[in-house]
Amino acid sequence: MSDRAFGFRTRALHAGTPPDPETGARALPLHLSTAFVFDSTEHAAELFALRTYGNIYTRIGNPTVAAFEEKLASLEGGIGGLATASGLSAQLIAILTVAEAGDHLVASANLYGGTITQFSVTLRRMGIEATFVPGGDVDAIRAAIRPNTRAVFTETIGNPNGGVADIAAIADVAHASGVPLIVDNTFATPYLCRPIEHGADVVIHSATKFIGGHGTVLGGAIVESGRFPWGAGRHPLLSTPSPGYHGMNFAETFGEYAFLMRARAELLRDVGAAISPMNAWLLVQGLETLALRMPAHVANAQKVAEFLHGRDEVAWVSYAGLPDSEERERAARYLPLGAGAVFTFGLRGGRDAGRAFIEALQLWSHLANVGDAKSLVIHPASTTHQQLSDDELVAAGIGADTVRLSVGLEDVDDLVWDLERGLAAAAKVAAVRA
Amino acid sequence: MILETAAERRELMDRSRTVAMVGASPNPTRPSYFVFSYLRTRGKFEVTPINPATAEIDGVKSYPSLAAYAAEHGAPDIVDVFRKADDAPQVAREAIAAGAKAIWFQYGVINDEAIRLADDAGLAVVVDRCIKVESARFDGGLSLSGMNTGVLTAKRRVR
Repeated sequence: MSDRAFGFRTRALHAGTPPDPETGARALPLHLSTAFVFDSTEHAAELFALRTYGNIYTRIGNPTVAAFEEKLASLEGGIGGLATASGLSAQLIAILTVAEAGDHLVASANLYGGTITQFSVTLRRMGIEATFVPGGDVDAIRAAIRPNTRAVFTETIGNPNGGVADIAAIADVAHASGVPLIVDNTFATPYLCRPIEHGADVVIHSATKFIGGHGTVLGGAIVESGRFPWGAGRHPLLSTPSPGYHGMNFAETFGEYAFLMRARAELLRDVGAAISPMNAWLLVQGLETLALRMPAHVANAQKVAEFLHGRDEVAWVSYAGLPDSEERERAARYLPLGAGAVFTFGLRGGRDAGRAFIEALQLWSHLANVGDAKSLVIHPASTTHQQLSDDELVAAGIGADTVRLSVGLEDVDDLVWDLERGLAAAAKVAAVRA
Repeated sequence: MILETAAERRELMDRSRTVAMVGASPNPTRPSYFVFSYLRTRGKFEVTPINPATAEIDGVKSYPSLAAYAAEHGAPDIVDVFRKADDAPQVAREAIAAGAKAIWFQYGVINDEAIRLADDAGLAVVVDRCIKVESARFDGGLSLSGMNTGVLTAKRRVR
């Protein structure tokens, strides 16, 4: 063995997926087995007490799932990973690993609508309160941190408005108060941005999106840096004896692995949001080609954004890769290989023009997802973000005219051809209204 | 020599057979018991508790000191330290006197004087690492927990 620091593409292919020691199989075996036999009663006891490593039951761990976890952790530069049924369950488990009733979170207001409702409705009902800070403003985040704040949360690229988080500055503010930074890196993927390199402590993914890459399976993941001092006293769930594990102190017992061990042994176990090994297997296939797909997504997105930017029917385009974007400097720092492939724009003519635009499209699929190989389109105010109040919509930077695109891997000329048809239909509506 | 890399730690473990665990506890909720139990049941090392407060752990005889251990078994390959950081220099002196080839300070046992003493005496030194985790990094155990082992290979692991 050597200590060579292997490159991203090499790790995408090899990390977590050595040849199978049992059979020599070179491809990752798909272990569709709910449970695993013990070597002996002593082995069983050691496994259940977390004193040895191994497989018990697929709700808690599975060798195919573990391969996905290790590969993603390697690509993000983390100490380890934990896969879940979906991005939202990854987020829930990450938060419940550090927070309980009576605790508090600080979050950017520019988040996926499902995240905002998970925080402001479900977590609030569980007694965990979140303060939303507009625009990811660093001074406002500092001011919002309280003695019971257990984490700060942001997205690398905000969904849907495309704001780029100043990860290093937010991490510094959080760390100054002894609080970890959790970053949802779904839109960037570790190919475009690795938040841990900028100071983030926990990274969340909806692997359903670009990691899977083909719009086939759901999955979520948590990656942790291994650097945050969980035993320092700010997180008693990790640094005091746990009744969920016969008095174990996770920070003392597992050191740098404390967060991930508690996330798996208590939260994944009790929440039950396990990923199917089949899904994890497909997500591994996706990761193997991530470094080939993302540049193609980004190149198409840049061309589509530039096309829209030059059209009279379009009021504004919010893509950090455009020369006049307010996000440009932060994108250059955090997303040097491209500003992602999901962005929004505004159609002149409002809601009716938006409807005509979407209905006139032939190639762009009208659905509620992003990160598919195929190009996708949606009107957030009437779909993904419809649970939000008007104030929350404004805070999240979403208007009635906002259309979100997820740019796929088709020939870009065909994508532009289709958008032209949509814009023509929207212009007709706008003209009638005028 | 202070071992900074995973490869160096692996070489140390590959060439070592006996581990004297200073501060091993018979209490099943203590981290030292986790490590003791793991190393004992894996069978890779011959692990012995060094703890004057207990006669044995899981049927393995405990010795009151490293000197008492060495008198019966000879020099240990690795002295694994589960003690307060302030106690580490004394453990380092006893490990040197017992002829230990390496000293391994577990998570949080960080003491500059102890590190210097052991390093100057020619022992291999590991600091703020867990011997259980480092062992599992290379035997596949850590991978089964979704942890990033840093191990990339197209060779089949010998079982």
